[in-house]
Amino acid sequence: MKRKIVQFLGFMLLRVCLYLVLAVLLLFLFDIIRKGGGVMSWEFLTQAPRRGMTEGGVFPAIVGTFLVTMITAVLAVPMGMFAAIYLNEYARQTRLTRLIRLAIRNLSGVPSIVYGLFGVILFVNIFAFGTSVLSAGLTLGLLTLPWTITASEEALKTVPDSYREGALALGATKWQSIRTNVLPYAVPGMLTGTVLGLARAAGETAPIMFTGAAFFLPVLPRSLGDQFMALPYHLYIMATQHHNILKVRPLAYGTALVLIALVLGMNMAAVVIRYRLRRKRRM
Amino acid sequence: MSDLKVDVRANLRKRSAVKEAAIKAFFFVNGITAVVVLLGIFGLLLYTSVPAFREIDLKEFLGSPAWDPTSPEKAEYGILSMVVSTFLVTIGALVLAVPIGLGVASYLSDVAHWRVREIVKPVVEILAGIPSVVVGFLGIVIFGPAIAGIFGLSHGLNALNGSILLAIMSLPTIISISEDSLSAVPQAYAEASLGLGATRWQTLVRVKIPAALSGIIAAVMLGMGRAIGETMTVLMATGNARSFPTGIFQSVRTMTANIAIELGEVPYHTTHYYALFAIGLVLFIITFLVNMAADIVLRKYQEREQ
Repeated sequence: MKRKIVQFLGFMLLRVCLYLVLAVLLLFLFDIIRKGGGVMSWEFLTQAPRRGMTEGGVFPAIVGTFLVTMITAVLAVPMGMFAAIYLNEYARQTRLTRLIRLAIRNLSGVPSIVYGLFGVILFVNIFAFGTSVLSAGLTLGLLTLPWTITASEEALKTVPDSYREGALALGATKWQSIRTNVLPYAVPGMLTGTVLGLARAAGETAPIMFTGAAFFLPVLPRSLGDQFMALPYHLYIMATQHHNILKVRPLAYGTALVLIALVLGMNMAAVVIRYRLRRKRRM
Repeated sequence: MSDLKVDVRANLRKRSAVKEAAIKAFFFVNGITAVVVLLGIFGLLLYTSVPAFREIDLKEFLGSPAWDPTSPEKAEYGILSMVVSTFLVTIGALVLAVPIGLGVASYLSDVAHWRVREIVKPVVEILAGIPSVVVGFLGIVIFGPAIAGIFGLSHGLNALNGSILLAIMSLPTIISISEDSLSAVPQAYAEASLGLGATRWQTLVRVKIPAALSGIIAAVMLGMGRAIGETMTVLMATGNARSFPTGIFQSVRTMTANIAIELGEVPYHTTHYYALFAIGLVLFIITFLVNMAADIVLRKYQEREQ
């Protein structure tokens, strides 16, 4: 009897842990949606900040985040896919392969501010790209690379070996078998994983703070060499650096809502991509 | 005629072999990038840190709690306060996140209906998807006033706030890896325990959690690595006072926050500038060691499973 009571209380405790986590998540989402929803309007999404950022919207920050994420994608998506193809299709269990895998796991644990420092030295100074969309995008690209490699490799692993062997048995070369029998089945999973990685990159602040994000910029960047506004950095400014923080608090909430919607929207898009491509293949 | 055919075929085969080798080489170059980037980060950080130690004594750098690079009398470059602050906030986060995370993981693996599990897992993923700057913002607007109110402080931007936020951020990692390792405990272990008359609770606490312990430890260490390196949340929520931390209600400044605060204002190629990269190097080395240790524990555990 006593053991039953202990079990009951124990399971109750575990359940409380779960409810606590769910409550925090709900509190976060509820607070942002309620207070951010208050300032949401067409104007907020399509106009630049005005009057020392106490009025207006976040349009330049949306565009900036979009641009920088595009550059991130250009670097991290193909490289991640190619590296995954090497690791899963070509690499044998050698010491070098183990070293590559170890490097990937460690890269994904490197703090984002350290990527920021690396970007300042490599892209801003050595390559002389200056503080720009390009420098920030490439920095985020390196940050995203380990995630896209891992996600792409997971997708390649789900393709059965018999697909590869079938092609090879018919006289196809290695590359032919990969191209015709592996990639068509792995690409949906690869895309899903990489979009998830890009969503995380789009929400990063520390790597872009010193490589290209601007405090305030009324005009949109015209080239890759220009500075830009970005949603995460804009939120940081509105929350801590503005001269009248309490007055702009609603705008900060609005920025947080747009950022969350963007990141979670990309997450959902990834799931939709996977679903669509799977269904198309079946038909 | 047939000779010619054979010749053409051999030629083709040779050409396709060259092409295949080229393709393989192309993928290999991409594969090796991760190693190059990791070494590049370490190398460039080291290279940029070294000039700092022409003026700063390494012992002072690591052992002194006084950090005041812009002082007109005597610039001081001691990072001890920041290192201790980083660990204070991180350990506070683990104290909160480990029991809760392990609780959720146990609930999902041993108590919950599979349908609950299917719903809760993606929900936890959403938590992992919230950008750190948003978590920091919520620290300012939700937890800050709450902490100030509960403990009667003038403001709530302190180490405790940072710990709560870092706990929330490391929960998804801790939950998912712990749950994986609990689920990977062979069914026979649980059956043997239940067969001897133990309750499901006793089985969980005395058999399954000990059996999954290395996976759980790895999960905690990975969560710790994330917490040590996290920048935006602590920058926004811990108050950033430069003094040596004396308690969880103290305003503290971590290594990451200090880099973020000062890098934007420091003139290039000064000792202060190089010293910030040296902090970055220290941060890189600490997280590298923590992640390596987690990795070793996790590998050992997976090898044993096979």
